[in-house]
Amino acid sequence: MTSSVAAQPQSDKTTLSSVVRRLRGGDEIARLITLLFAVSVLAISVLLIWVLWTGSEASRAKSGFGFLTSKLWNPVTDEFGAYPFIYGTIVTSVLALIIAVPTGVGAAIYLSELARGAWSDALTFLVELLAAVPSVIFGLLAMFTLVPLMRTTIGPGLKSVFGSLPLFSGPVYGVGYLTASLVLSVMIFPYIISVSREALLSVPREQREAALALGATKWESTWQIVVPFARLGILGSIFLAFARALGETMAVTLVIGNDPAVHASLFAPGYTISAVIANEFTEATGKIYPAALIELGLVLFVLTFILNGLARLLILVTTQKGSAKA
Amino acid sequence: MTARNLYRKTLNNVMLTLTGVCAFVTVSTLFVVLAYLVYNGATSVNLDFFTKLPKPTGEAGGGMANAIVGSAEIVGFAALVGVPIGFFTGVYLSEWGADGTFAFVIRYMCDLLNGVPSIVVGIFASIVIVKPMGSFSALAGGFALSLMMIPITAKSTEQFLLEVPRTLREGSLALGASKWRTIASVVVPAARRGIMTGIILGIARISGEAAPLLFTSLNNEYWSNPFKEPTASLPYMIYTRALSPYDDWHRQAWAAGLVLLGLVLIANIAARLILTRGNSAARG
Amino acid sequence: MRRIILAGTLLPLLFAGAASAADTINAAGATFPAPIYQKWAEEFKTKTGVQINYQSVGSGAGIKQFTDGTVDFGASDMPMTDDQLKAKAGTLHFPTVLGADVVTYNIPGVTVDLKFSGPTVAGIFMGTITKWNDAKIKADNPGVNLPGTDIVVIHRSDGSGTSFIFTDFLSKVSPEWKSKVGASTSVSWPVGLGGKGNEGVTGLVKLNPGAIGYVELVYAVSQKLGYADIKNAGGKFVKADFDSVTAAAAGAAKDMPADFRVSITNAAGDKAYPISSFTWLLIPTQIKDPAKKKNIVAFLNWILTDGQKDCQALSYAPLPAAVVAKEKKQIASIQ
Repeated sequence: MTSSVAAQPQSDKTTLSSVVRRLRGGDEIARLITLLFAVSVLAISVLLIWVLWTGSEASRAKSGFGFLTSKLWNPVTDEFGAYPFIYGTIVTSVLALIIAVPTGVGAAIYLSELARGAWSDALTFLVELLAAVPSVIFGLLAMFTLVPLMRTTIGPGLKSVFGSLPLFSGPVYGVGYLTASLVLSVMIFPYIISVSREALLSVPREQREAALALGATKWESTWQIVVPFARLGILGSIFLAFARALGETMAVTLVIGNDPAVHASLFAPGYTISAVIANEFTEATGKIYPAALIELGLVLFVLTFILNGLARLLILVTTQKGSAKA
Repeated sequence: MTARNLYRKTLNNVMLTLTGVCAFVTVSTLFVVLAYLVYNGATSVNLDFFTKLPKPTGEAGGGMANAIVGSAEIVGFAALVGVPIGFFTGVYLSEWGADGTFAFVIRYMCDLLNGVPSIVVGIFASIVIVKPMGSFSALAGGFALSLMMIPITAKSTEQFLLEVPRTLREGSLALGASKWRTIASVVVPAARRGIMTGIILGIARISGEAAPLLFTSLNNEYWSNPFKEPTASLPYMIYTRALSPYDDWHRQAWAAGLVLLGLVLIANIAARLILTRGNSAARG
Repeated sequence: MRRIILAGTLLPLLFAGAASAADTINAAGATFPAPIYQKWAEEFKTKTGVQINYQSVGSGAGIKQFTDGTVDFGASDMPMTDDQLKAKAGTLHFPTVLGADVVTYNIPGVTVDLKFSGPTVAGIFMGTITKWNDAKIKADNPGVNLPGTDIVVIHRSDGSGTSFIFTDFLSKVSPEWKSKVGASTSVSWPVGLGGKGNEGVTGLVKLNPGAIGYVELVYAVSQKLGYADIKNAGGKFVKADFDSVTAAAAGAAKDMPADFRVSITNAAGDKAYPISSFTWLLIPTQIKDPAKKKNIVAFLNWILTDGQKDCQALSYAPLPAAVVAKEKKQIASIQ
């Protein structure tokens, strides 16, 4: 490595031999293998977007961007608009999160901090089992129990207190945005609780003990030290839950009232993108009708894209110490 | 005790009780579901259910043997595809994907994939697999379901691998192990509880999905070849029987729901016992 | 190690079902006749050993899958349109049974069976008639004490043949409905809530006082729902039952088009129930596999003769003899 002429072949050999060494060590192969799998995820997603794009061709050609603002959904005259479905999807998912996140995180805190080992494990098993309950069964159960309850008790109860607000105006049918949100929130409990609990459990014992040693109450130690430390996992669980709520089909369609219109009241019937696709895709014939439904699928994809982006931005802005990566 | 301390103490008690209430509420919803299934379906869960083929309405003695096996086949296919892809993607993201744009894109894609409605996943799989193949199959159904499994598995794998303390990794590397050896022998085992949770949640979720199967594996009243024929599955059977006009079919649907939950519970317990050796001593 | 052993014991399970009968015929389509098709499949299997796997996915999906060739034959509550036939040339329609839609309701204080004329039903579902004590409803039901409750309309949210039959009837009795809404498996309903499946509609009707909805006759009978008498083209109020539905088809036999694509809603005749319909099997004219062809032909012959005996028990009406005769001739054109 003294003269520049001699340096070149020497450094080439060094590079080559170092690559060979890395390969033989297995690291490079390992990286390539896992990279391959990660790329396959990307490939599948791209393929999915492509299929949605080409499948919705006929409808996009017809309505263009008007699709997003039109409130009309008429399969007979082939006029379709996505607005009521976008509205319904956002309202039900967000409301479901508002209900499920505090309850779920609260339950996760209980299960990780307060409950004893075997008892906590057993209860968590049961909560995880909720994830396996078929959507149809949730929907039917809600139809037989929650919907009548909403119509006879919960609805009138809420109305008597909040009836003056537009959110709680109008007649109570039993089905509607509120019922659908309640069902969705039950369905997303397992994701929030299970993953949040694991995240809380993996916070090192020293953190809790340090806080308690400094005189904090158990709640203060939990809320101000442990939970922020596990923030990454808890947020991850909320993403999972949100995605599930956005894409849920069967249970929602049985309890939302399936009315393709925009209503201010939570008691009114509505419709979501997933529900209308599930209801009408099997019977959709012709060129534009199925394309319109696939276009709705594309719209949901874009919606998820935007909502995820906003959420991540929010995290980025509020992230400080602790596990900072999201 | 000072006023402030009294406040802190009360807050402590109130909040902790509240978390207990939250836990109670969530667990009780499961019990409501279970109670409903047991009340309506338990009478139909008998030996016939596990051994016989479905019968038309009005005839006694039918069962869902083919649906139970079919579900196992479909979920099996889905796991065969979904678990490795999800797991290794999670490994890549946590070990090599520190802050790169590519890793960010992959994470984003996982979130997006997770939000695709189950019915759209089914439509996608039918266009990509069923149409070229010319027939329905458990394979197609499994593929559709694996798409729903991948994001959950990848995200939780990445998340729990990231939480393994750096000291553990550094110790292993200091002892001369290569990076992949460290991951395989030290990091992954340390995170296995969380990873297991992600996989189990994923399998639980897809076991109960019927919408993706509508256009991929369809259903079958008889035994079938899972590689190239429509295959029966429990969620699909539940879907058709529950929405039918007949009470005996309704009972079969609830029975199927009960059996499905039972099977997932057994799989859940088995997986945890065998793969993680139930180590609860590590927690504080 | 244990993991591998566990996986190994589960592996054979994957292939448990692989030993299937080579002659399973796959069919998919309408939900409405599914109960009787599955009964027929069971009986046919007992008789001949041939397995016919019928899945109710909806008429539209049945037509799609039939067109794509992913099933051996399809089934639909509405005949294929000319456009759909262009996509799959060489399709034969075979009517199999008759069924009907009925109108069910939940009005507090009213326990008798109500009567509706066609235009009244159209008005209710269009939202022009909003209260139960409207003059038009009263005119159909002299002497019945109707309250001033608001009408809550319940329709189907999922596309279905049931909706097609209902909207087809409404289009025939109300020019306004025909121009504003039209007839299809899925329409833009002017008012009301959507329930999924017959179950969804019934649930909502039972829950909301003042509600009205439409369901399949088969469903109403098995769930013991009360339903209304509808005025037919002959001017008489008829209740849907075995005889009235059969009567609706009797008139159709005379004018049956060669391809069997006909609508019998609002059929002529004093005894006919006006919201009735055929349901069809879609069979390809050319079936390449000789074994499948033999089995499908045998099945068709069987359902047109012995199979018709199962109809009444399951609340369907059988085909008129004249129609059966014509269909048997059509079987000969399957190659």
